Formats: sequence, C-alpha cells, structure tokens
Amino acid sequence: MTQYVALSAILFSIGSIGVLTRRNAIVVFMCVELMLNACNLALVAFAKQHGNLEGQVAAFFVMVVAAAEVVVGLAIIMTIFRTRRSASVDDASLLKY
Amino acid sequence: MNLHALTTIPVVEPIAADGVFSLLWLVIALPLAGAAILLVGGPLARGALDRWGHLIGTAFPVGSFVVSLLLFVSLLGRGEEERQIGQHLFTWFRTGSFDVGLDLLYDPLSSLFLLLITGVGSLIHVYSIGYMEHDPRRRRFFGYLNLFVAAMLMLVLSANYVGLFLGWEGVGLASYLLIGFWQHKHSAAAAAKKAFVINRVGDVGLSLAIALLFVTFGTSSFAEISAVSGDASESTLTVVGVLLLLAACGKSAQVPLQAWLLDAMEGPTPVSALIHAATMVTAGVYLVVRSNFIFELAPHAQTAVVVVATVTLLWGAVIGCAKDDIKKALAGSTMSQIGYMMLAAGLGVAGYPFAIFHLLTHGFFKANMFLGAGSVMHAMDDDVDMRHYGALQKAVPVTFLTFAMGYLAIIGFPGFSGFWSKDKIIETALADNWLVGLCALLGAGVTAFYMTRLMLMTFFTDRRWAEGVHPHESPKVMTVPLIVLAALSVLGGVLLIGDWIVTWLAPVVGEEAHHEPPLAPIVVTLITVGVVAVGVAVAWFTIGARRVPREAPQDVSFVTRAARSDLYGDAINEGIAVAPGRRLVGGLATLDRHGVDGAVEGGALAVMGLSGQLRRVQNGFVRSYALSILVGVLLVVLALLAVNYS
Repeated sequence: MTQYVALSAILFSIGSIGVLTRRNAIVVFMCVELMLNACNLALVAFAKQHGNLEGQVAAFFVMVVAAAEVVVGLAIIMTIFRTRRSASVDDASLLKY
Repeated sequence: MNLHALTTIPVVEPIAADGVFSLLWLVIALPLAGAAILLVGGPLARGALDRWGHLIGTAFPVGSFVVSLLLFVSLLGRGEEERQIGQHLFTWFRTGSFDVGLDLLYDPLSSLFLLLITGVGSLIHVYSIGYMEHDPRRRRFFGYLNLFVAAMLMLVLSANYVGLFLGWEGVGLASYLLIGFWQHKHSAAAAAKKAFVINRVGDVGLSLAIALLFVTFGTSSFAEISAVSGDASESTLTVVGVLLLLAACGKSAQVPLQAWLLDAMEGPTPVSALIHAATMVTAGVYLVVRSNFIFELAPHAQTAVVVVATVTLLWGAVIGCAKDDIKKALAGSTMSQIGYMMLAAGLGVAGYPFAIFHLLTHGFFKANMFLGAGSVMHAMDDDVDMRHYGALQKAVPVTFLTFAMGYLAIIGFPGFSGFWSKDKIIETALADNWLVGLCALLGAGVTAFYMTRLMLMTFFTDRRWAEGVHPHESPKVMTVPLIVLAALSVLGGVLLIGDWIVTWLAPVVGEEAHHEPPLAPIVVTLITVGVVAVGVAVAWFTIGARRVPREAPQDVSFVTRAARSDLYGDAINEGIAVAPGRRLVGGLATLDRHGVDGAVEGGALAVMGLSGQLRRVQNGFVRSYALSILVGVLLVVLALLAVNYS
C-alpha cells in the first residue's frame, strides 16, 4: 500500500517540477498528464484500501477530463505554434498587466 | 396693567356654512383661477392672454370682492352668536393623531380683511392696467398679483395655523416674484432675494410655533386651541407667543427683521402699494390678533410685542425723515405705522380692535399715497428723487388732491380716518403704560414732520425738475382708483361711530371690561393734535421756508447720516448674521475641501498605488502562475494538516 502512495507522490513531484521548469509546451503538457495519472494511482490505491468504488469512479472521471483536456490543449498548442513558430510557454506571455 | 385678567377670551365656535356662506371658497378660488389662467395658460393662448390678460387678471379679484361684499352684508344681518362660520373643504392630510383639514373660518375679523384685500386689491389691479400698460410682461405681472391676492385670502380665511402657513408662504413667494419683477435690474433681483431670506427667518418662528402647538394641544385649529389654551402652562404659551412674534416681525418688517422693506421698493409701484403697504405686511398684525387666545395668557410675550412695536414705530419714522426717495420715505412710514398696529395688538383686548381699525385706515391712505407716488413717478419719467420734484400741484392736480387726502389722514388731521385710528391707539397706550404712550405720541409728531416734508418737497417749493421732464396727469384708469382711495382715507373714520368696530370684533377678540383712563380722551386728543401741529410747523420752517437743494447735502449731522443708511440696519445684519454665517460657511467649505475631500481622495490614491503594485503579479508567464497555484495548494494542505493534528 505504502509503495503505491509513494510511487504516486514521486510521479506527482516529477510532474510538477516538470511543469515549473520546462519551457516546451508539449513537455509541460506531458508533465500535467503525469500529475493527473499520479492522482489516479493514489485514488485507485485508496479505493482498494477502503474497499469501495468511489475512488475508482473518480479516477474514471479524471481520465475523461484528461482526454478532453488533451484535445483542447493540443489544439491550443498547435495554434500557438502556427502563429509564433515556437512552442515555448514563456513566449506566449502577452496577456499580462 | 393687569386689565387682561378681568376679561374673558372668546372661544372660536364656528357654525357650518349654509346659504350664501357656502360661496366662501369662491373668494379664494377666483383669484387663484386667475393666476392659473394667466401663468399656466401662457403657452396655450399667448397672444390672446398678452392682449387681454390685464382685464382677465382684474376681473377675478373684482369678482372676489363682490362675493366678499355679499358675505359681509349677510354677516351683518346675523346675530352676534352666529357670526363665526366655518367651511370644511377637504381633509388635507391625516397621519396618526395629526388631522389637518383645509378649513375656512369666516368671522368678523376675517370679513374686514376680506373687504380690505379684495377691495384695495381690485383698485390696485385697475390702477396697474394704466401703470403697467407698456410693460411687455404685463400678463405675468397680473398673474403674480392674482396669486398674491389668493394667498393673502388663504392666510386670513384659514381656520387653522397650517392653512395660515400655506397662505403665509404664498404671499412670501408672490412678494418675492413681484419685488424682483424687473429682474434685469440687479438691485431688484437682490432686493427680492433679501426680502425672501429675511422672511424665512420669521417663517422659522412660525413653523416652530405651529409644531409646538401641535405638541401641546395636538391640533392646529383656532377653534380647538382657543377652547383649551388655558390648560397649557404659561411658559409654553410665552414661548409660542415669542415665536409668533418672530414670524410677525419677518412679515411685518418689525425690528430686528425690518431691513427688507425699504429695498422691497424696487418692485413696481402698484406692488409696493398692494403688498408692502396695504396688505401683506399687515399679516403679522393679523397673526397676533388672531392668536389672541395665546397672547392673552402670555403677558410676557405681549410685553415683547409692545417693545418691538414701540422701537419699530420710532425706527421707521426716523428713517422716513431722511429719505429723498419718495417710495423709501413712504416705506419708512409704513414700517412706523405697522409699529402702531403691533403696539395696539400687544396691548391686549383693549387694543385689538384699534389695531385692526388702524390697519384698515392705513390700508386706505397708504395705498392711496403709494399709488399717488406712482402717479408722480409716471409724470416725472420714473424719477423717484424728491429733490427733483417740487411745485407739482399744478402739473398733476388730481394726484395732488388725492395725495393730500392721504397725507391729512396719516398725520391725523382731525376728522380724517387716520386721526381716529391713531388717536385711539395713543390713548390706549397711554392708559397702559405712560412711557409707551409717550413714544407713540412722539412718533405721531415725527410722522407729521416727515409727511409734511414729503408733501412740501413733492408738490410745493420751487421747481427742481430735470431737463426735458414735462409732468402730465395720469390717465383716468389710474386716477379713478386714487379718487376712490382718497374718499376712503377721508371717510374711514365712520367705522368708529358708536364704537362699531369694537362691538363688531368683540366675538373674536373679546370686549374689554370698562375702566377709567388716567387721562380723559379729549385731553389725549388735544395733546396729539398739538404734537402733530408742532411736527408740521417744524417741517414748514426747515423745508418749506427754505430752498431745497437739488443734491442731498453731505455735511449733515450724525443722526441724518444714520437715518439715510436705514439706521445701519444692513450693517447690523451684516455684523450679526451675514458675516458670521459667511465665516461659518467658509470654515465648513475649507473643512470639506481639505478634510473630507482629502480623506476620500487620499484613500482612493492609496488603493490605486497598491493595485499598481499588485498587478505586477499578472506577468503573463504560465509557469509563474503554476508556481503560485502550487504554493497555494501546499498552504491549503499544510493548513488542513495543522487543523487535523492540533
């Protein structure tokens, strides 16, 4: 049990560090997916421990949302890349004060 | 002094109006309709109203006069107990225990006022047809005059203080509009404002008095208060009395609220005659006489009335002596004569009938003289300076003769109306208090002096006309009202035959218990006539027998200089009220600008600066947003943990 949670925490940390440090939008996107899946792992693990289905149901919801997010997110990244010839998230910083 | 205790205060017990008396409301409604047609109807039929407005505006007050006369004759035919008639028109407002109706009260007192207002008012309307003939805004002028007449009638016909207040404010408004009628003149606009503001000071007194009466008696109706006024403490009634006196001072131009009357002469002359001589300024006297059930029970308030009145009658007379402007001299005289009326009203039951008597005779002769002065100005191309007149008796014979009737009446020439009324007041004053009586006597002498001076400078002495002035008599439409008023000035004394006016007013103001005067009336009369003769003689020797300079001499005594500047009335107002008020307002403005505005604007600036710094957080970098989200989540988790494990 502990191993599952530990793995989940490690995956989440890798994901979050990736989001904060990498500039490439695709990589950032993959890191976000990594964080989501770390959460899924934790949810399923806890659901198994408590012996009910709620955690697993929540994991399915996260998957659905992640799928939708991939669709929208990749579309946005594609558009940005087409207009700016760059996939760097720091370049898309026009929406500010 | 304590004659009042012997007499009982009559209770007002109006009986319902029936027969001809149900027309009572028409007296007010007619001039009000006239005002509405002339003022509101302008946009609908401007051409027709501009052409015929003056005739419409005159027809309504005349109609009102006819109704008043009809009512008066009917009232004469009734028994003494049935002479108070009430008419309930509608409930004005009712909240909780407040119940104010628009009620009218027709009794011997208001019957006389009705005749004076509508009678003299109609004559002045007729006169104005001639006087205002060439004024482009004649329709509006007649509209305002009608509005004034309606308001004044409301004032004297109301059966409660709230209705009286409605009329009171109405005449104040009409007075403002008419003083400032020639608003293109800066002085007229300023005078109108001055009159309005000073009158507001008096109105504060009246509204406070009404509120206090509501609190004390739970009603504002004359009938109900007069029945229970004895139940209230004397101190309450004294306060009410003094507040009513303040109101009367404002409207009747008594010291210390007298300063507006002289400036009010900026209005057209018929206005001066109607409002500032014959009717509106007597509203204060009416108020005191009508509130007799309060003043009779508050001797201190009565004393205050007497003091104010005595000061005013001398104050006005002194001003009248030094003015070269014919209208201002007459205005000073008006102030002084109203002082006489107030004096009589302050003397209680013994004086009330004579206050009203003098009010009526003064209404006749002062309206006569003001209109006469208007006629002279008309002849002299609107010059008002008496130093430019002289030797006019041949040029304007009708005006001269009618003016002379008014003159003889005001100085109290034996047989003329003013003789009877003023003599009675002096007699009553002497019986009450010798000092007040002597002041009244002195006032009569000064009156004789300044009126003779006015008469001599205008109609006699040598010609001092300006170049190119060709005096001519006014048209018939102006001289006929003068003749009627002159006749009334001569014959006004008939009201005193057999003490008719005393008996007539007795149901309203009470009748004095008989007492022995300290001086026989004939002695008082002789002394008065003697003092008047001295006044006339002094005027003759100082003015009539010398050359009158065309320019007012500057090397004059201190007294003359003081009187020329209205006994420093304006300076006193400036020092006591205006300058401190201005300083207070200035201080408040500074506080507002620097204190309040500073706090508000400073706060806004601080918020602006703070937000200017805060917006730097929105730097557009997605990763920095992600970091703040992460930090936030961590903080929330830590907080949850801290709560769970503490």
